[in-house]
Amino acid sequence: MSKHTFAIGGVHPHDNKISRECALEQLPLAPTVYISVAQHIGAPSVPCVAVGDKVKVGQVIAQPGGFVGAFIHSSVSGTVKSIAPRADLAGRASTHIEIAVEGDEWAEGIDTSDTLVTTIPEDPKAIIEKIRLGGVVGLGGATFPTHVKLSPPPGSKCERVIINGCECEPYLTSDFRTLLEKGEQVVVGAALLKKAMGDVPCTIAIEENKPEAIAHIREVIAKLGYEGIDVMVMKMMYPQGGEKQLIDAVMHRQVGSGALPISVGAVVQNVATALAVYDAVQKGKPIVDNSVTVTGECFPKQANLVVRVGTPLQYIIDYLGGVPESAAKIISGGPMMGRAVANLQAATVKGTGALLFLTEKQTRRAPETGCIRCGKCADACPMGLEPFLLNKLSKAADWDACEANAAQDCIECGCCLYSCPAHIPLLDNIRVGKGSVLSAIRARAAAAKAAAEAAKAAEAAKN
Amino acid sequence: MASTIIWTIAVITVLGLVLALVLYLVAQKFKVEEDPRIDEVEKVMPGANCGGCGFAGCRAFAEAAVKAPNLDNNYCPVGGNDTMAKVAAILGYEVKAKAPMVAVVRCNGTCEARPKVNEYDGYASCYVKSLLYTGDTGCAFGCLGCGDCVNACQFGALSMDPATGLPVVDQEKCTACGACVKACPKHIIELRPQGPRGMRVFVSCINKDKGPVAKKACANACIGCGICAKTCTHEAITVEGNIAYIDPAKCKLCRECEAMCPTGAIHGVNFPKPLDKDAIKERIKARQQKARETAEGNAPAVANKKADAPLGASPSEKVVKVKEDKKDE
Amino acid sequence: MSKLLVSPSPHIHSKDSTRSLMLDVVIALIPAVICSVVFYGWQELLVLGVSVASCVLLEWAITKYMLKQPSTIADLSAVITGILLALNVPYTTPWWVVFIGAVVAIGVAKMTFGGIGQNIWNPALVGRVFLLVSFPTYMTTWSKPQGLFGLDAVSGPTPLGAIQEGLMQGSTVQELTSAYDYKDLLFANLGGSAGEVCALTLLAGFVYLCCRKVIKPWITLSIFATVALTSLIFWGIDPSRFTDPLFNLLTGGLILGACFMATDYVTSPMSLWGGVVFGVGIGFLTMMIRYFGSYPEGVSFAILIMNSVVPLLNMWFKQKKFGRK
Repeated sequence: MSKHTFAIGGVHPHDNKISRECALEQLPLAPTVYISVAQHIGAPSVPCVAVGDKVKVGQVIAQPGGFVGAFIHSSVSGTVKSIAPRADLAGRASTHIEIAVEGDEWAEGIDTSDTLVTTIPEDPKAIIEKIRLGGVVGLGGATFPTHVKLSPPPGSKCERVIINGCECEPYLTSDFRTLLEKGEQVVVGAALLKKAMGDVPCTIAIEENKPEAIAHIREVIAKLGYEGIDVMVMKMMYPQGGEKQLIDAVMHRQVGSGALPISVGAVVQNVATALAVYDAVQKGKPIVDNSVTVTGECFPKQANLVVRVGTPLQYIIDYLGGVPESAAKIISGGPMMGRAVANLQAATVKGTGALLFLTEKQTRRAPETGCIRCGKCADACPMGLEPFLLNKLSKAADWDACEANAAQDCIECGCCLYSCPAHIPLLDNIRVGKGSVLSAIRARAAAAKAAAEAAKAAEAAKN
Repeated sequence: MASTIIWTIAVITVLGLVLALVLYLVAQKFKVEEDPRIDEVEKVMPGANCGGCGFAGCRAFAEAAVKAPNLDNNYCPVGGNDTMAKVAAILGYEVKAKAPMVAVVRCNGTCEARPKVNEYDGYASCYVKSLLYTGDTGCAFGCLGCGDCVNACQFGALSMDPATGLPVVDQEKCTACGACVKACPKHIIELRPQGPRGMRVFVSCINKDKGPVAKKACANACIGCGICAKTCTHEAITVEGNIAYIDPAKCKLCRECEAMCPTGAIHGVNFPKPLDKDAIKERIKARQQKARETAEGNAPAVANKKADAPLGASPSEKVVKVKEDKKDE
Repeated sequence: MSKLLVSPSPHIHSKDSTRSLMLDVVIALIPAVICSVVFYGWQELLVLGVSVASCVLLEWAITKYMLKQPSTIADLSAVITGILLALNVPYTTPWWVVFIGAVVAIGVAKMTFGGIGQNIWNPALVGRVFLLVSFPTYMTTWSKPQGLFGLDAVSGPTPLGAIQEGLMQGSTVQELTSAYDYKDLLFANLGGSAGEVCALTLLAGFVYLCCRKVIKPWITLSIFATVALTSLIFWGIDPSRFTDPLFNLLTGGLILGACFMATDYVTSPMSLWGGVVFGVGIGFLTMMIRYFGSYPEGVSFAILIMNSVVPLLNMWFKQKKFGRK
């Protein structure tokens, strides 16, 4: 079996998929859910319900705030209690729609049966419109609205759709379970995405540590008989599932600095997104739930739960027996790129993929010591950057030098900090440099645009 | 032997002359014509190159000052009025004297008043911490305590107080360059006029949460109750977004707001006497009583005017003195 | 559950630490240390003991009393410097000379630059070269070792020293090298600095470090390749004046230098091609000094010279950035 991987860097953390045997399980409904209007990249959505309204599952409760935006649907049926700021898991306040749950009544037009619908609509535009109406966003972590990703700018053409089933982050198993238990739906979703992009070839990329999933998906593709969808076995390497890395591994093309994947003809969608696409297009079911891995060596009950959007984290944890005494950190997402939870009252969003419990010993950072110039960070960086150098430049606030050394290319995968023997908080500082460089680049672009427009206006005034 | 010495001297002399000539020619060729006043201005600058004026350093400031038509937009906060008077003399401009400023930390969320709700384990920088989340206390607005302001200060005027976990400004050393103001990601630090003999009153909190929320997170928080604004007879206090703000230009340092604040969020510093809360409260009560009586009998406009009248207690004497000070300036 | 920890990602670590890496280097040096003690006996043990103890103590004292910083001796880097310094001097060196070497290595070459990670030159080599220049008598008279098992003790110069001496007196290389059996060179039977005596144990340590992924092999391999190639060319031109490649690979401090000194993290380039250029430079300079210099051995000088250009190599040879030309 030939295994594919990306060209530069990468690390090999132990994969710790201890929840791999736990089948997907429906979490009972919480008494109250809090649905954020800002759970995707882009403009926050605008609530279109009022306090006191009765809503059903799948009913639109917020409209997109712009082109890069997404519909938000009620994940439960019940009464809107409030529309007010509420702290997210980092403690930052954003508008949440609070809904008190009453029963579980679904909106009309949603097919809640289990029958598999395999006929693919002919019109790509219709598929994309249904994806938009379903509020589908990238569930791999970035939560970028999917319909925007499927609408390439004029002049660029998609040559391959890649379904990302790498799940290269340690501990996470929700995509694995989805592939295993809902493989048919994922493959139909892949076929829909393929159709939406103009019948280009499609690759489902799965890491080698999931042989059951690889075998199952191959079987399903053969059974359903779709043309042009294949499975590619990827080497177990972090960050194999990084968008740029995956395109490099699958297509041997490298996305340039600041460019989009479409510039090399690739569209990457996560396995969970493919499932959401299937639901939205074939069943008329928008994103109202997503699968969440709850795991960690110190957590007594491993689980892969299907959780309604907006369920408070505390409710999920209590359902599984509460926070264990030995847990020191709770992470929303994987251990390499996930976000530490500061506020357990926060509610899940569409992109919540895991809740990971780590002990003090596993996660507390060792004190920083002097750099020994071993170069391990540079060896590990999948973008070919020099983290030790960017760390220094960032601390010195030398943004020009940061830009010259490509701080803006950092994908924040965490390989540098993971591998640093001196425990230098490289990524903490590089993020600062990256942010500053990106805002400088944006400011320059805006200035250039303004200057061009002013020149144009002057030209027009002359004539 | 003698000829060796003579030869050595001769060679070195000739070499020296030739090189001097070369140096001279090069210097002439690459000479940059510059306004000599730039050098003069630079000489009277403090030379800290702190960037507090908004320019890259003292030299850059000097160049800008020489080019500028007046000195309205060029002010060296470190050198203050003395330096600017010298600069004005060199350039023949007029300069408006500015009240000396000082950095003021507007957070009093001490370890006791504002208990930690989680533990931060990342790089000890307020900026990094603020990118990650709202902080390790219940207050989303308060000081993060990693000391970015201390690191930004070139004059050693800031230090972290280990007992409170908050930065402390050394007024003697602070030059009001504004580096800490820029460094603080929470925008807690403000430059305020030093006040006569350092006396000033300010709200030491910027928590915009509603009263109960703010109070729950921090015992010293401003809860936006507005008592201070109602008490103030100089219209110096505004309450906006659940937070009070004292306009230093209008404040007469009567300390009434400080006495009335239910959470102690208002701070008066450098006053010679400790605050006598009871006396001030008595006084306010009496005044309000009187105002009510007048209002019942007369037009309300009179009551307002009377509020400015001498207040009797010791702080009022200071108020009078302060007014005199200001006239002197 | 006490208060939750909150930090930016990543939340796990590879468990590598400076200390664990340095410990691996110490483990890799143990065969060579045992070999040299067996070979040279208790005198070598004394040199090793004095060297390691003084390096560690000096670093501790300097961090505590002069720099007023937290001590860094726990990272074991001073232990490595001590072992390398001991392996770089003859076993007959008096203890006080070893101590002076340690003072220069730790005090001058390492701590004046700010401690671990900041030094430009390999501390042990600076110590060794300082001793070589200041105490040439102790550093260049070698006596054939007695060893723990009572081998013959005959005083004489090292192979490289003997060749240079011999060439000056007009002998040809063939005459001179015929005195040496290459098997002896590989299995430690000749006079020299402690670390120059048993090539196999050093190579074993090198293989261990590569397997543990502590170091990358390219610097060492490029040194060996360059030395072999350069000497092959010169030997091919005039076998009576220049020694052959195998002799050059096995003698002197080349193996010790290439495996343990040139690969020092702090003083070597980070990227692959930087490392290769670094290695080629060391190999070439070593051969130039051996053939044309006034010292019989040139590895130390070659490494120190190349150490000086490491910042330039780091600047010139960078990893190709993803998606950039």
